[in-house]
Amino acid sequence: MLTAEDKKLIQQIWGKLSGAEEEIGAEALYRMFHAYPPTKTYFPHFDLSQGSDQIRGHGKKVVAALGNAIKNMDNLSQALSELSNLHAYNLLAVLSPVFALQFLSQCLQVVLATRLGKEYSPEVHSAVDKFMSAVAAVLAEKYR
Amino acid sequence: MVHWSAEEKQLIAGLWGRLSAEQCGAEALARLLIVYPWTQRFFDNFGNLSSPTAIVGNPKVRAHGRKVLTSFGEAIKNLDNLKGTFSKLSELHCDKLHVDPENFRLLGDILVTVLASHLGRDFSPACQFAWHKLVGVVAHALALNTP
Repeated sequence: MLTAEDKKLIQQIWGKLSGAEEEIGAEALYRMFHAYPPTKTYFPHFDLSQGSDQIRGHGKKVVAALGNAIKNMDNLSQALSELSNLHAYNLLAVLSPVFALQFLSQCLQVVLATRLGKEYSPEVHSAVDKFMSAVAAVLAEKYR
Repeated sequence: MVHWSAEEKQLIAGLWGRLSAEQCGAEALARLLIVYPWTQRFFDNFGNLSSPTAIVGNPKVRAHGRKVLTSFGEAIKNLDNLKGTFSKLSELHCDKLHVDPENFRLLGDILVTVLASHLGRDFSPACQFAWHKLVGVVAHALALNTP
């Protein structure tokens, strides 16, 4: 469960990265496609080369959603409700949602770590990991 | 048998040369115990693990972390025989310590994150791929003795 301290750390880190959100989203996605090739199967229609318009566009969407979730950490279910519906009902092709979202979480953390270095402390690492798990759980809520 | 391309071997060895096994090992193990607190159950006799600060400063954690990373160093020298390299460690972790192999995967993910934080942009997507593959293969080799 996210503690008050976790929430504070996440907001602080997010504040530090303000302005670079689009790049971060695109990089996280690109790393996910290349470190975990099976995730490519969910985007057969995408140009998956580095810096592609589609990766940038989708990365921007992902990060905007995360930003919104961070503003509403006390009610993730509601904040992510539309996305949860989208992933469950419209994107039915996603077979193992929690699994796939774990890969995105790991890649996002790698991107944060490369940018923050030492500032990506164990406490921040723990808070982000817990937050991403909570987001993944909400997104997968309506699958069954 | 896992196949390693020349590029993958280069990315792994190249990065390895730039790291301190001691520093990265200590950090990775500390983070495992902090981010996934249930893993502390395997380290009952390590003393004070009561807070992130205590864990990071704990000398037994540091020492064990160094041991873990040193064995990674062995793996890197023996990429074509990981099963053999880790067979004794697999026996130890599975038969004697009864560690759920899922924990090896968690430590692997954490190690990748630690490398990213130390190397910054140099930890390219290609590096991440090669190291992710390595930690996965090591985790698999360690798990071979699982019941």
